[in-house]
Amino acid sequence: MIDTDRTPGRGRLASVVADVRLWFAPERLRAEGETPDYRFSLANERTFLAWLRTSMALVGGGFAIDQFLPDTDRTLRLAAALTLLAGGAVCAIRALNHWIRCERAMRRGEDLPASRFPVVLGLAVGVIALVMVALVAVRWGG
Amino acid sequence: MPGPSSPAAPRDPGLQPERTRLAWRRTTLACAVATSLAARQALRAGTGPVPLLCVALAALAWLCFLGVAARRIRAVSVPRPPALSPRAAAAAAGCTLALAAFGAALTR
Repeated sequence: MIDTDRTPGRGRLASVVADVRLWFAPERLRAEGETPDYRFSLANERTFLAWLRTSMALVGGGFAIDQFLPDTDRTLRLAAALTLLAGGAVCAIRALNHWIRCERAMRRGEDLPASRFPVVLGLAVGVIALVMVALVAVRWGG
Repeated sequence: MPGPSSPAAPRDPGLQPERTRLAWRRTTLACAVATSLAARQALRAGTGPVPLLCVALAALAWLCFLGVAARRIRAVSVPRPPALSPRAAAAAAGCTLALAAFGAALTR
């Protein structure tokens, strides 16, 4: 994952494994620290859902590229569709991971984990959009 | 749609439970859009047994999401709702992952 923050004193892999275990063990999450104000938990949940929608939009975009651009070069079309689908999958996994890390940080009273993911995703979407603009311009011009 | 629980419930200045319920509904809707595109993708290969099975699988992923959302919407309709369980979160993210995997398998 691209999330920067991790528990000090543990390896990166060990911390990822611990996070993944938490996904399936609600009682372990509840055992950490104290239950925060429910409003914070609900805000964290809505952020998670917003990321999930972003992920679904990427997946839907992947389907749309494959279905609505039949005249495009097959390699280009497949590459674009698979990139978007993979982006959607990464976004969903990261949403889950980030949600659980925020939830745990709130229970422990720690700072929320910092993450580079939004910047990376934003840059990637920006670059893809610019490439699309260039492609459309070349088509119109040529 | 569940309204305010009871007149005795404490006032929540941020309407947090309602916003959370609406977020689940929006996300279910987004999931429906992605599922429709997935079904359309599958049906491009014709209407044989395999495409129809693919449509059924996509519908199942959406129904799974709908189930998680419905349970959660009910759970947050109380004055002090409990936090989302990691299992429900994993199931919701899993439905999205299933659609993505489905898409990767169906691109041509």
